[in-house]
Amino acid sequence: MRENGILRVVARFVIPLILLFALYVQFHGEYSPGGGFQAGVLFAAGWILFVLIYGLDAALRVIPERLMYVLSALGVLLYCLVGLAGVALGGHFLDFYPLLSDPHAAQQAGIILVELGVGITVASVIMLVFTLFARRRSWWDQVDAAEEEEGR
Amino acid sequence: MLLVFLVVVAVAVIRVRDLFAAAMLFAIYSLLTAALFTVLDAGDVALTEAAVGAGISTILVLAVLTLAQRQEHPAPGHNLLALAVVLVTGAGLLYATLDLPEFGNPNNPVHGHVGSYYTEHTYEDMGIPNMVAAVLASYRSIDTLGEAFVIFTAALGVFALLSVRPPGRRARERDGEDDP
Repeated sequence: MRENGILRVVARFVIPLILLFALYVQFHGEYSPGGGFQAGVLFAAGWILFVLIYGLDAALRVIPERLMYVLSALGVLLYCLVGLAGVALGGHFLDFYPLLSDPHAAQQAGIILVELGVGITVASVIMLVFTLFARRRSWWDQVDAAEEEEGR
Repeated sequence: MLLVFLVVVAVAVIRVRDLFAAAMLFAIYSLLTAALFTVLDAGDVALTEAAVGAGISTILVLAVLTLAQRQEHPAPGHNLLALAVVLVTGAGLLYATLDLPEFGNPNNPVHGHVGSYYTEHTYEDMGIPNMVAAVLASYRSIDTLGEAFVIFTAALGVFALLSVRPPGRRARERDGEDDP
């Protein structure tokens, strides 16, 4: 699409910034506003901007749909595993203190891991939902075109 | 001032029949709410509202709009039963507000509960300055685990509904689905 030249150039600058900001929000959630949920949404927003400008097929080559399914389950699993690690090391479920010897470091590690799980799930789920909706439309067009071909 | 804008936008959302315009107005509403949260010094909530309310949900609504018609169907007549239900529920809620504790009283339950514990002990327990993150991810992490599962379930639901190849145009018209 040559006619979207300005959009493409602007997107090329803006999308990396959005993704970088998402990572910042993800990993500095315990110091500044934000956390896994917001970071996941921001990351997905950057990816959706990519879809809007470069098309769904190009975006699915970057992050395949199969990977989104795996990641969305993996995020929740990571959360659960951090919780179970606390149990395995002699605490309660989702108790972070047994993870490391220094209590503050243990809490920070637990919070970062748990938020990472949330972020992965949120980002992949939003990308997945958007993909499913966006592809529905192109499916309709394909099926309609095939029917017209048949009718002729 | 922001609250006045919010009311104006809310009324406009109800009045407008163009669904695209309604989606945009909802985005404006979310952005105003985010500004309101910023004014109230709630950075985490403002960030969430701006990213989710104004960003992602608007895009998802627009994605749905590509599958539906742009204009809202005018509803014929008035639904008196719905009006009665709304009035009775609203009256009940208003009556319930009489039992709420006095506004601004320092002895209200909300001030005497775990909130003061969090504000006093978060730093020595966790060693991190953002209290919201500490409450969400550590003190109440099982709630957050539930939220993560809710989001995951939402993905499964959308996948179950939309991953099947749709019927052709003729079959859709026969089933009475909206055709764009």
